[in-house]
Amino acid sequence: MIIKQLSVFLENKAGRLHEVFDVLGGANINVSACSVADTSEFGILRMIVSEPDRAREILKEKLFSVNVSEIISFATPNTPGALSKTLEILAAAEIGIEYLYGFSVGEKSFIALRCDKPEKAVMEFQRHKLELISSSDLYKF
Amino acid sequence: MTNKIWNPHFETMSREDMRQVQSERLRDAVERVYYNVPYYREKMQSQGLGPEHIKSVDDLSKLPFTVKQDLRDNYPFGLFAVPMSEIIRVHASSGTTGKPTVVGYTRADIGVWSEVMARTLTSAGAGKNDFIQIAYGYGLFTGGLGVHYGGEKIGASVIPISGGNTKRQLQLMEDFGSTVLACTPSYAAYLAEAIEESGIKREDLKLRIGVFGAEPWTENMRREIEKRLQIKAIDIYGLSEIIGPGVSFECPHQCGLHINEDHFIPEIIDPETLEVLPEGELGELVFSTITKEGLPIIRYRTRDLTRLNFEKCACGRTLVRMNKCTGRSDDMLIIRGVNLFPSQIESVLLEMDETTPHYLLIVDRLNNLDTLELQVEVEDRFYSDTIGELQNLRKKIQHQVESATGLSVNVKLVEPKTIERSEGKAKRVIDKRKLF
Repeated sequence: MIIKQLSVFLENKAGRLHEVFDVLGGANINVSACSVADTSEFGILRMIVSEPDRAREILKEKLFSVNVSEIISFATPNTPGALSKTLEILAAAEIGIEYLYGFSVGEKSFIALRCDKPEKAVMEFQRHKLELISSSDLYKF
Repeated sequence: MTNKIWNPHFETMSREDMRQVQSERLRDAVERVYYNVPYYREKMQSQGLGPEHIKSVDDLSKLPFTVKQDLRDNYPFGLFAVPMSEIIRVHASSGTTGKPTVVGYTRADIGVWSEVMARTLTSAGAGKNDFIQIAYGYGLFTGGLGVHYGGEKIGASVIPISGGNTKRQLQLMEDFGSTVLACTPSYAAYLAEAIEESGIKREDLKLRIGVFGAEPWTENMRREIEKRLQIKAIDIYGLSEIIGPGVSFECPHQCGLHINEDHFIPEIIDPETLEVLPEGELGELVFSTITKEGLPIIRYRTRDLTRLNFEKCACGRTLVRMNKCTGRSDDMLIIRGVNLFPSQIESVLLEMDETTPHYLLIVDRLNNLDTLELQVEVEDRFYSDTIGELQNLRKKIQHQVESATGLSVNVKLVEPKTIERSEGKAKRVIDKRKLF
């Protein structure tokens, strides 16, 4: 399903990443996934959090630049070739991937993916009976 | 829309006639300073110059420059060209660094001042039926009294309220039905806010024109003031060393400030080489007063940066136009031999939707080559979550700056609100080269 992801623009300065998590931790917001895309000059922290709207407000108050984008989250079996099959579905539907990040442990791999046609991707995944992670699994209400 | 012209003879004169007027008056002015001001005489003599060498405006560039320090060195009255018995007024600018600069006016000078301010207010659209609320400071500062004389000359009703006391400003604006507000642009912005907060309804005010100057302001600020006060905001320019307000003024077309060049001849020079620059080039504005008696001043370096446009304006005036001043020559940097004014960067950033005018320029020297880094804050909504978009934005800013300045620059996007804010003079440049 479509999930809200927060992205935070960060200059490459020591301690800056820690400050973000410090703010979120202090506000009792849980981070369930994150990744940092980096260049020599700046980085973009992307993360899935338990209360995206509140997290956004809190970070904004602390003068971080925060944006919300929509990503898709799904699970695949933790076996060789499983991710390949999933991505083949997207390629066949001509859906472009902007980035993804993920992690496997035990029997499953969890993937967060940003693509150019999220609604279409969700439909394709449902058609192929892939296990989609819904926001209720990740957010706190 | 075109307003009336106060003095069509001089304001719409052909370029050729203007040159003649200027040449005649310049000859006269040079003679006066040579014979009456020892400072000018010595300076001219040391360069082998006499009044006979100045025949027309073409000879102006032979004359030495005058700078603010010269006024301070001759404090208080050393540069006056008439006996004190002829001086009927002195004004002085605040001396933030040392002694104030003192200027003196004869009765004829006050007449010139009234004339150029009458032109200014007429051009702004004011006339004898207007109420002009003058919220520039009165006193040693030239702003208040300068507008005052112009207002009286055109027959308007002048309200000499002076600056400050915002509550009373609003009360008189409403009760007297002020139609013209004259003050600094920052005070105008402040008054706009105060009006909104006071609960006064806009329809109860008759305000229609703003005459704003005495400090630099941007086009964005103008649009903001015009929108909030629902007026036409006219930019005026002046400096006490030349006469005060009234040196140049906008017409309703807002396409540059017409210089009263039958009284003040402008030149644009390169602030480094001091060479006169070709028409249309950006450089430091220099003025020579050609009618002033009390304190005639030759080739005064204003430190303000602008360019001149000699084309006839849609308003009908032929008076040369100067652009809104974009910065100060004191701020000029020389990067790899190219002159760079921080204001050039600022205008690029103001024009782009994605960027804010908050920036920091860092100049350094690596392997004998100057490097230029531009740190810039991006408008919040443009901080994307993809590297590609941010890199493209970086390239776009880089490209815009390069095409505006001719210098390659390394653009660095920084987090919002991390560049120091300042009410007055913001620190925009760090030149690390000076350390070596």
